[in-house]
Amino acid sequence: MSADRPGVAGVVVVGGGQAGFSVVSTLRAGGYDGPVTVFADEPHLPYQRPPLSKKAHTEPDELRVSLVPESFYGERDIELRLGDDVVALDTADRTVRSRAGLSVPYAHLVLATGARNRPLPVPGADLAGVHAVRSLDDALAVGRALTTAQDVVVIGGGFIGLELAQVARARGARVTVVELADRLLSRAVSPQLAEHLRRRHEESGVHVHTGTAVQAIEGTDRVRQVVTSAGTLPADLVVYGIGAVPRDELARDAGLAVDDGVLVDEQLRSVSDPRVSAVGDCARHPHPHAPGLVRLESVQNATDQGALVGRRLAGQPPAPYANLPWFWSDQGAVKLQIAGLRAPSDDVRLVAGDTPGRLAAYAFRGGRLAAVETLDWPAEHLAARRLLERETPVLADELTDTTLGGLARARRAAEVRA
Amino acid sequence: MPTVIFQLPDGTERKVTAASGTVLMQAAVSNGVAGIVAECGGNASCATCHVYLDAAQSELAGGPNDVEDEMLDFTAAERRPTSRLSCQVQLSDALDPMLVHVPEEQV
Ligand SMILES: Cc1cc2nc3c(=O)[nH]c(=O)nc-3n(C[C@H](O)[C@H](O)[C@H](O)COP(=O)(O)OP(=O)(O)OC[C@H]3O[C@@H](n4cnc5c(N)ncnc54)[C@H](O)[C@@H]3O)c2cc1C
Ligand code: FES
Repeated sequence: MSADRPGVAGVVVVGGGQAGFSVVSTLRAGGYDGPVTVFADEPHLPYQRPPLSKKAHTEPDELRVSLVPESFYGERDIELRLGDDVVALDTADRTVRSRAGLSVPYAHLVLATGARNRPLPVPGADLAGVHAVRSLDDALAVGRALTTAQDVVVIGGGFIGLELAQVARARGARVTVVELADRLLSRAVSPQLAEHLRRRHEESGVHVHTGTAVQAIEGTDRVRQVVTSAGTLPADLVVYGIGAVPRDELARDAGLAVDDGVLVDEQLRSVSDPRVSAVGDCARHPHPHAPGLVRLESVQNATDQGALVGRRLAGQPPAPYANLPWFWSDQGAVKLQIAGLRAPSDDVRLVAGDTPGRLAAYAFRGGRLAAVETLDWPAEHLAARRLLERETPVLADELTDTTLGGLARARRAAEVRA
Repeated sequence: MPTVIFQLPDGTERKVTAASGTVLMQAAVSNGVAGIVAECGGNASCATCHVYLDAAQSELAGGPNDVEDEMLDFTAAERRPTSRLSCQVQLSDALDPMLVHVPEEQV
């Protein structure tokens, strides 16, 4: 038994989201037979968040978002404590205490607490009719509001804001996106691709105001208008998505190292305490594709990090976390996918696909392919993932007259011949 | 209610039932069948729901659509003639019981 393999005290996971689920399912699949407890503060079974901003949810039973049915946990002897959050962590005693008063000892603790939405720092943000979307309950509230809303203002031109803009458009509302930066998706997508995406949104009837600050939200009982640096917009529904902050306060209060996320090593172990790991949105970690430390907010990151820790705790030989980051976002009919991590200084080349609407942005760093963004071109995205995962780099001049799909097929054919 | 028999890479089998018209990926995921990851939730964007249909049933199930066909060239496990993305395959009484082979890897 490795020093890391928990004994009777078992594994405790704080957070029943994408990453926490991945930890416990991998743990049991890997043969771990000690006690496993998951604390999940939401009343729902662990679920997927991506659909929340991509569909308008009106009826709870339309929401088939649970990762697995409840029986999954029972069959695997996983104690799932829904609606009970961990309020204190004692790393000396190795116990957690829950709001309901439960005290549970651990041999290993996994923090999978996710992130919370950055609050909107303007007057009127607390008016009725102003919503952020992170939880199932948020999505239901927006879905209900959309049955009557006519003028929707979306604050924030990031993934979630743009997805919600298309959801509101599909319901027939007039939709305006207000973004402070001078372009959409300024943090995560190249300027070249973001420009195309903006055109696609405008073609669908969404108004986009970039370089515009929201100054106040006004109304008496509920929202009536949004005051911006470029004028006043009527609104009977405001949704905002202006980023998220990691839920790392439990770790900080327990004295673990935290800096915009729980600081972990390449094994995803807390740098302050080898009996604690952190995974998903709440973890800041080293990654071979990024300089310094990164904190990623994606399903891929949550799932793969959870699986790494689950395997390690089940006694498999540890391996450093190095999975290729990838992401997708469906903005109405437009499918955006990203493989790898682009840096602002990368050289970006736009490549059109063989059918209209398909587009790829190849990002090169020092002449090598580092990241690929695609619009409506899943095969090219998958080819990018396969190529970026390989040791053999893709060089800029290999892609002068072929796509990544073409290159991947050619390389595979060459391997078969060899 | 068609039955689906998932044959896992380790040689074991999982038998589940789901209503006709249900998507094969959903039948796997909602029963916790290991090896069908379905990261994109059935959006034909991730290819982590790759399966091999049984040769005898493959023709009856129909072939992949164009986007799916392109994506199948880049699955983690090798592509075979009976490869499909399970989120694009619907269960039907004609395919009852359905035999599905789960590949070694998905991501
Ligand atoms: C609307 C929306 C759309 C998204 N769309 C995409 C997408 O298209 N593609 C993509 O790749 N990613 C998307 N994401 C991001 C993705 O959902 C997250 O990166 C992923 O869910 C992170 O998983 P996690 O387990 O770290 O956190 P979460 O899934 O957020 O789970 C953390 C859970 O822990 C709970 N918790 C926190 N503190 C405690 C405590 N002390 N005790 C008990 N429980 C606690 C939280 O309430 C939460 O339920 C989206 C996110 C949102 C909000
Ligand atoms: S679930 Fe993603 S392609 Fe099928």
